[in-house]
Amino acid sequence: MTFFSNIWRNEKSREIIVQILVLFFLGWFISWLVMNVNANFEALGKDISFEFLFIPAGYDINQYLIDYNNRDSHLRAGIVGLLNTGLVAFFGIILATVLGVALGIIRLSKNWLASKIAYWYVEFTRNVPILLHILLWHGIIINTLPHPRKAISLGEVTFLSNRGFYIPKPLTESGIELVYLFFIIAIIFSILFTKHCKRKQDLTGTQYPVFWINFSVICFLPLIAFFLSGMPISLEIPALKGFNFRGGMHMSPELAALTFALGIYTAAFIAEIVRAGILAIDKGQREAAESIGLKPSKVMNLVILPQARRVIIPPLTSQYLNLTKNSSLAIAIGYMDLVATLGGISLNQTGREMETMLIVMLIYLSVSLSISAFMNWYNSKVKLVGR
Amino acid sequence: MSEKIYKPGSYPDLPPPPGTVGVYGWIRQNLFSSVSNSLLTIISIVLLYYLIDGIIGWFFLDAVFDAESKIACRKIDDGACWAVITRRVGQFVYGFYPEAERWRIDITFITMFLAFAPLLYPDIPKRKWLLYFSVFYPFFAFVLIMGGYFGLQKIEYSLFGGFMLTVILGVCGIVCSLPLGILLALGRQSNLTVVRTLSVCFIEFMRGVPLITLLFVASSMLNYFLPPGTNFSILVRVIIMFTFFSAAYIAEVIRGGIQAIPKGQYEAADALGMNYWQKTRFITLPQALKISIPGIVNTFIGLYKDTTLVVVIGLLDPLGIGRAALADTKWNGLSTETYLFVALFFFVSCFAMSRYSLWLENKLNTDKK
Repeated sequence: MTFFSNIWRNEKSREIIVQILVLFFLGWFISWLVMNVNANFEALGKDISFEFLFIPAGYDINQYLIDYNNRDSHLRAGIVGLLNTGLVAFFGIILATVLGVALGIIRLSKNWLASKIAYWYVEFTRNVPILLHILLWHGIIINTLPHPRKAISLGEVTFLSNRGFYIPKPLTESGIELVYLFFIIAIIFSILFTKHCKRKQDLTGTQYPVFWINFSVICFLPLIAFFLSGMPISLEIPALKGFNFRGGMHMSPELAALTFALGIYTAAFIAEIVRAGILAIDKGQREAAESIGLKPSKVMNLVILPQARRVIIPPLTSQYLNLTKNSSLAIAIGYMDLVATLGGISLNQTGREMETMLIVMLIYLSVSLSISAFMNWYNSKVKLVGR
Repeated sequence: MSEKIYKPGSYPDLPPPPGTVGVYGWIRQNLFSSVSNSLLTIISIVLLYYLIDGIIGWFFLDAVFDAESKIACRKIDDGACWAVITRRVGQFVYGFYPEAERWRIDITFITMFLAFAPLLYPDIPKRKWLLYFSVFYPFFAFVLIMGGYFGLQKIEYSLFGGFMLTVILGVCGIVCSLPLGILLALGRQSNLTVVRTLSVCFIEFMRGVPLITLLFVASSMLNYFLPPGTNFSILVRVIIMFTFFSAAYIAEVIRGGIQAIPKGQYEAADALGMNYWQKTRFITLPQALKISIPGIVNTFIGLYKDTTLVVVIGLLDPLGIGRAALADTKWNGLSTETYLFVALFFFVSCFAMSRYSLWLENKLNTDKK
């Protein structure tokens, strides 16, 4: 008896006993689940196999980045869905970042009115569920925008209608290679120039307007090439033919609604992150920067932002991740993303819930985990080294 | 020389320069302090003018509050057609709960505030007695809502809907996920490798997949993992998934709180000879929870908002009711009105929660500032 009580009182042996018990319980639980699945599948006459991925999907997808028709396999449908998820996440992240950073800075502005407007924008947006945002935008586009025949036109080149947005499509002609070439040259030049200026500044202290020179080089060099080679880019302007527009680039109502909703919703969170990041910088830093005579713009660019970036980027990435995960709500308005294709129609057609959901979850999981692994690496890289 | 001569030290205080005090000074400093600032103000005012003008017109002045159908609405005026809400307000609040029994929901809802009051406001009078009621409340609410005992008519889960469903899902999820989240956070910080690995796997899995896939699992697959023949309500399954999902997020928030506690606190506790559970109960958790209140409330708000996702698996939350209303040919196309109404409900409840969290944060802030 004393032997057992001694084992229990010894910290090391107690830890081992507890862990063995937990493992035992876990093993029992998993085998219980597996047994249940086996029994249930046997009763239903089902099995687990991934062969369904290679049979024709048989359904149409209205938005695709790679060629797809309904004779293609479920696997390809899934890839089309995954690319659609990527597409909406890409647009959404751009919109959210631009809007969010602007709002975050406006909230800190000395202008009382502007700061209040930004505050109420943030409160109204983030306190309403994202699904509601999506449905609301979709409803607005479908129900309140006019038919293509009476579409709202912006300068006769871009049209907004309840069938989606039509924007001019750039078409490239021969000679475009020169523009690309000049663009690459401009980028290489700006990288070298930046390095050169930095060296010069380290040696002599002279500063050059690096940003503006680079900016104009990158903008104007391709532009010069564009005119030199005889303007090889033309715009295909959408035109009304029959009941709908033809030509140009088409953004379906679903994609537009999803992009707006995700961008506007996530922007509210990003605004708060940016604000908190800037506020987190010690007041002394700003005061010190001002007292050595830096201009306000230099104070921001050289002192506040580099430090705020360290605080801002980790939560910002997790917002991007949230946006991507939230794009799975596309299923509510019929945008064909990963969940709607593989986890939706493919699931219903093949009846393979287990396999399809497993694939969908694994894809999301691997994206999330790899981004968080990257974040951990980044965090350890930019962490302040304590003394 | 008209200037009066003062004795040293007797010169009267001059008034502050005009333009730095009063309403005028405030406007000058906060709205027109520089050219760019003035420009921003003017843009904001123009923006606000159009926004408010449009909103008031569409929402109230040109709006129709009661009519037979959308067409009837449009005949009266061209603003919002709130009739789609006013004609179905019962459904939006109670779902398809039988009309004669709706008083039960009202009572449950009102007493909910009574049950939560002692938990939310530590200074409330007679707190101890109210706490007894809080403990007893879940059973009370269950019996009252579900029925089947004490002569109350039994109500099927499938009749639940509207804001009532949102509140049920949200409150159950919130109440269940906090303890689970705390356990997971402690598990992740534990010395025991097995426990730590398990917690990490659970948390990362839940945080890595979209909630909607978990709801699909709950609605279509969960039965495969249970012994053949078991069948329990979709509502319970959904609550379990919500609980797991938000517990994972709460665990991460609390872990942040635990890690923020200075090491000296643990060392002091060890020096006093406390064991693990004493240390957790008296040292770690009180401080960690206090630090993580804003994060926890944010997670709760997130969970509450996420309850709308159940519409995708066919439960009739306010969005589901709204979509059903829009599918009716009478109200076809009034999506903006319907969704704005639901949005207002969520805004009010979530905003209240975030205000409460701010208040609590200030109250518990013992830092000397």
